[in-house]
Amino acid sequence: MKIALMGQPNSGKSTVFNDVAGYKAMTSNFPGKTVKYTLTKFNLLGQTIELVDLPGTYSLTSFDLAELEARKYLLKGNVDVVINVIDASLLSRSLELTLQLLELKLPMVICLNMIDEAERKGIKIDVEKLSKILGVPVVPTIALKGKGVKKLFSMACKIGEEKRIGKTLNFSKDVEDVVTQLSTQIKKKQIDQEFNVPERFLALKYLENDSYFMENYEKKSNNLFKKIVHFQNILKETHGRQSDVVISSERHHLSMNMYESVVSLTRPHTSLIDYLDNILMHPFLGYISLGLIFYLFFNLIFGVGKMVEEPLLDYFYRLIPLIGKSINPNTLSFSIISGIIQGLAGGIAIVLPYLFPFLFGLAILEDLGYLPRIAFLLDAFLHKIGLHGKAVIPFILGYGCTVPAIMETRILESERDRFIASVLATMIPCAARMTIIFALVAFYISPQAALTVYILNIIVIIISGKILSRLLPEITPGMILEIPVYHTPSIKVVLAKTWLRMKEFIFIAWPLLIVGSTVLSLLQYYKMDMFINNFFSPLTSLLGLPLVVGTTLIFGILRKELSMLMLIQAIGTSNIAAVMSTTQIMTFTIFIIFYVPCVATIAVLWKEIGSKRTLFTIVFTSILAIILATITRFVY
Amino acid sequence: MTITLDSIGENRKVKVVSISGGWGIRQRLGCLGIHPGDIITVRRSAIMRGPILISVHGNQVALGRGVARKVVVEAE
Repeated sequence: MKIALMGQPNSGKSTVFNDVAGYKAMTSNFPGKTVKYTLTKFNLLGQTIELVDLPGTYSLTSFDLAELEARKYLLKGNVDVVINVIDASLLSRSLELTLQLLELKLPMVICLNMIDEAERKGIKIDVEKLSKILGVPVVPTIALKGKGVKKLFSMACKIGEEKRIGKTLNFSKDVEDVVTQLSTQIKKKQIDQEFNVPERFLALKYLENDSYFMENYEKKSNNLFKKIVHFQNILKETHGRQSDVVISSERHHLSMNMYESVVSLTRPHTSLIDYLDNILMHPFLGYISLGLIFYLFFNLIFGVGKMVEEPLLDYFYRLIPLIGKSINPNTLSFSIISGIIQGLAGGIAIVLPYLFPFLFGLAILEDLGYLPRIAFLLDAFLHKIGLHGKAVIPFILGYGCTVPAIMETRILESERDRFIASVLATMIPCAARMTIIFALVAFYISPQAALTVYILNIIVIIISGKILSRLLPEITPGMILEIPVYHTPSIKVVLAKTWLRMKEFIFIAWPLLIVGSTVLSLLQYYKMDMFINNFFSPLTSLLGLPLVVGTTLIFGILRKELSMLMLIQAIGTSNIAAVMSTTQIMTFTIFIIFYVPCVATIAVLWKEIGSKRTLFTIVFTSILAIILATITRFVY
Repeated sequence: MTITLDSIGENRKVKVVSISGGWGIRQRLGCLGIHPGDIITVRRSAIMRGPILISVHGNQVALGRGVARKVVVEAE
């Protein structure tokens, strides 16, 4: 049986998902798209259940790509049951999506989540009554604590077997008349076969002027298009508003009425967390806390990373001479073995100690609900580089990995904003580059120097943003962003999220790292690295770097952290300070941060912004890297 | 008297009269519970002509200045 989770953003959908999936979750892409969704399989009462967590959507009238894909997935019609996850503390607004899902006439169960949060807010919901009105089962849950989740899924199975469909609630009589008239017209034309949705749903989408359905339709027949316009005009004339406003107001009223009949309000309990925004969103204290939070965040990562990195690296580098005793160091097999060991060491001792605490910390900030607050605080500043506050969310994710950051740019509404944000996101030091900054600059120079690198990086991004927005002078559409209540993150969900992101490194990047370092060993064995180094010699001499660095730059395109690991291997010692001066370390780091995005990033850029703009990004960042690194060489 | 939402001071309650933007902005605001007739409280106003924070139906939403300018309201 296939079950899909559908709900508005921040409704706790992913928490419900993680309650049953845990570490077994997999991510998958919608066909031909970079939009991701997570899925899992589990057993319930002897039945195999395939559970899909669709991207959060506010409504079935979709604006961004993720929402559109979620809707398409539902419309395709091979889902047996839909679980509509609702934040109980935002019942009236959430019911508007529920009404639209009911219009699809799919078997459905409602998961009334965060029921404890609603009660704290003084909202008591009559579950039975709500279930009666909608004609679908309503299961109250507290997904964060795993309460009610089992019951939810056994109910979903039951409904799926019975194929029970909920009620369709009617609008005001005059509006309903128009909807009915239009839907009979559609039936006559048999156009509904095209979409495989109920006529009433289609009629509503037409009246709402939903471009996805309208575009498909206009090509078909002009005659029906005229009829749609005719009915849209009837609504417009009788209500004095656009037809889409009439329909959305109707749903709004239905939801409000339902809300009023099932909710009894009591005194809300205020807790300390309600006052948190007085500090975190304060016009002055807010910025101070923002700086402090990130300062502590990175300090913690460095602290944890360093504690683990040193002993592990020592251990691995003592291992190689040991092998040298049993196998002749001048043989091919020794080169291969030491290459493999260095690749393994790179992953375990250098990348994991920094990557894990970073991803873990990021997941906590995300689940806490802090990211939208940052968007609020920084909106005015982002306007200065031609973007708006929401762009800060992909940027922060960019400190983890550039690939999801570029995917996340689709929360921005205009194509121009997405392009600028994507280019800028490639310049943000991702976790791979962070390991270089931490393991080279912070380790060999000083933590303050590492902080300087981060600050300089932000300045360069601001200047680049200004340049790009000058080149594309268009006004950004402005920010509309929900600021959810703070939630105490669940360790289970945070760990599951961290694991899902770590997997990418462990199963894709790490093998690449081992192969890469073996290849470098072989190149050195056959003395072929000299060709590459000579080819890069104009660049390395311009930057005042040792000749051997040349080869490592190629590996850096595959994965940024490879550059550093290869550097250690190329210069033949883990004590870089013995071979390179602090200026050289700094120049190398600056160059690595900015030059050409890694292969995975190029691939995702290609899909998202097209080939021309990707080439532009590669050239732009390379020139920038050369200029900045040259300056560093002479100034630092 | 009708004015636009961006000129409302902190902690004031207003009623939405209309939304003067196009289809996209109407729909997106509607999704977050902002329709003509709804009651909105302005919570905060960010510095440097930054966004405003409003609460509507027990939920908080940040609106950029440009967006807030398109929401026509009347003071309660």
